[in-house]
Amino acid sequence: MALLEVENLVKTYAEGKLQTPVLRGVSFRVETGEFLAIMGPSGSGKSTLLHILGFLDRQSSGSYRFDGKRLDDHSSVALARIRNRQMGFVFQSFNLLPRMDVYGNVRLPLMYSAYPEAQWDALTREAITAVGLEHRLRYDVNQLSGGERQRVAVARALVVKPRVIFADEPTGNLDTKSGRAVMDILQHLNEEHEHTIVLITHETSTAEYARRVIRVCDGQIESDRLVVNRRTGDGYRK
Amino acid sequence: MKLRHTFITAVAGLRANKARSGLTILGIVIGITAIILVMSVGEGAKLMILDQVRIMGSRTIEVEPGRTPKGASDMMEIYTDSLRPRDVVALLNPANVPGLEELTPVVMKVETIAYGTETKRTTVMGASELIAEIMKLKVARGMFFSDEDIRSRAAVAVIGPKVKEKLFGASDALGQKIRIKNRVFRVVGELAPKGSTFFTVDEMVMVPYTTAQDYLLGIDYYHAIMVQAKTEELVPQVKKDIERTLREVHGITDPEKDDFHATTQADAIAIVGIITTILTVLLTSVAAVSLVVGGIGIMNIMLVSVTERTREVGLRKAIGATEGDILRQFLFESVALTGVGGLIGIALGALLSFLTTLVLRQFVSSGWGFSLPISAVILGVGVSTAVGVVFGLYPASIAARKNPIEALRYE
Repeated sequence: MALLEVENLVKTYAEGKLQTPVLRGVSFRVETGEFLAIMGPSGSGKSTLLHILGFLDRQSSGSYRFDGKRLDDHSSVALARIRNRQMGFVFQSFNLLPRMDVYGNVRLPLMYSAYPEAQWDALTREAITAVGLEHRLRYDVNQLSGGERQRVAVARALVVKPRVIFADEPTGNLDTKSGRAVMDILQHLNEEHEHTIVLITHETSTAEYARRVIRVCDGQIESDRLVVNRRTGDGYRK
Repeated sequence: MKLRHTFITAVAGLRANKARSGLTILGIVIGITAIILVMSVGEGAKLMILDQVRIMGSRTIEVEPGRTPKGASDMMEIYTDSLRPRDVVALLNPANVPGLEELTPVVMKVETIAYGTETKRTTVMGASELIAEIMKLKVARGMFFSDEDIRSRAAVAVIGPKVKEKLFGASDALGQKIRIKNRVFRVVGELAPKGSTFFTVDEMVMVPYTTAQDYLLGIDYYHAIMVQAKTEELVPQVKKDIERTLREVHGITDPEKDDFHATTQADAIAIVGIITTILTVLLTSVAAVSLVVGGIGIMNIMLVSVTERTREVGLRKAIGATEGDILRQFLFESVALTGVGGLIGIALGALLSFLTTLVLRQFVSSGWGFSLPISAVILGVGVSTAVGVVFGLYPASIAARKNPIEALRYE
């Protein structure tokens, strides 16, 4: 059973009488453990697609099954719970809370989770160690470099051990070197811990880390192919 | 999210903007301060009057200068000089007031009493020996001054037990010389403890009224005349007779122009009721205005805060916060704001009330006591919390309803 499955997904934004189609019939499946990059120029609808996959937005028509279940009619509370327990988000602009240290930012999702409080500390430290920032535990996030900030955001996405991590242009605000460091971490998570990763990017160098690339243009899938990870020379094994 | 963490999150949010948070709660602080101050001072006044009533006994009628107080300006008439010896003569005539058992003129002054190096500032009451019976005072040692002492303006004093303790400690006070306003008085008696809370006879010094008029005040009129009726049933009749007699002596035909008023203990209790009502109206209006203004300030600053933290709201929702979580977070923030304002207001109100009491003790009556009713504290906490909820609900619901995508895109 596929982890994510969309079929004929359509999203239209209505502003007054003007109907703007953003997605016009998109279908694909993502299996557990995949590393998928969705590429496309700006305005192609890739961000909207990610929002629907992350239950931050709802489709106009078509179906979306998460873990085999259609959740279109679920309450916002139920969807918030799924976002909290099964999904992690990494954004282009980090979205860390200022005036809070690394530890506090990474722990944040746990405060909304079902994990007992006794486990919070261990989970938080584990996630921070996974991104290699254990020496920055008590640093205020404003004191960190851009690359470090994005690694904090990755740790925050990891901390509840989600089934899928959605990364929306994670290297968009970073220089090449920091961007690579962040992508190396995501790749490691995918390979060693079998985290499913859905990445959105318009940068080819970032997409190179994925093992499958879907190209979106004008709200439709232009191509969907397995690629060789050029960094490891590793192909898609399935 | 658990309530404890919601609370911690809210407090952290406020601490990030200390100066703004402080200014915002000023309106709440003023409102709660007003509530506490008025309730506390009002309670002190109420207890003092009730205490006085308890001590005086139900047969006592107090005649004071000035017409029955109807407003703040009438309060000052307590210093008019309309009660004089001819009034006492007229009242003592059984043809005028048949129900009268006895009376005594009274004068009062707050003075410093000294013995050796020990001093105590307290109320000196000038009266005749009959005051002992009217106020049911018992002499523990020695004796009360006599009719003869009144006539001869003798420099003798009867001291309350607390005065004795402060000035003499364990040693004997009888026959010792004390100084009141640099005049020497001989202690002839010590009162037995009466143990009242506010109208503290225990802290008083009694001297013949003639002596007090001449040596301490330099006046030839009285501050009050205390009358005792023969029985409790006769009190209303005696009051009418007193009023008729004094109007006759003072040549007053229109009761509206009275330059005196007679208060029975039942009247005093009624006055307590009036004072309480006036204070309640004052409290409600002053506090309501400042709390509404303060509440609008809270709402305003919370709206600013919600807008500033749009991205934070978006992020929290993305990582799993429900609308309820966000609503509670911002509601807790506004309640924490007003709650802190309420606590500061309670402390400030109590402090101001205490200072007011000190001033009143110095200039009005040493019997005035400080009291902070627990009901005032509960009201203060309750009202400030309620303001936080009422005025925080709208900004919090705006935050809770934010669309996470829009919120995350917000610059």
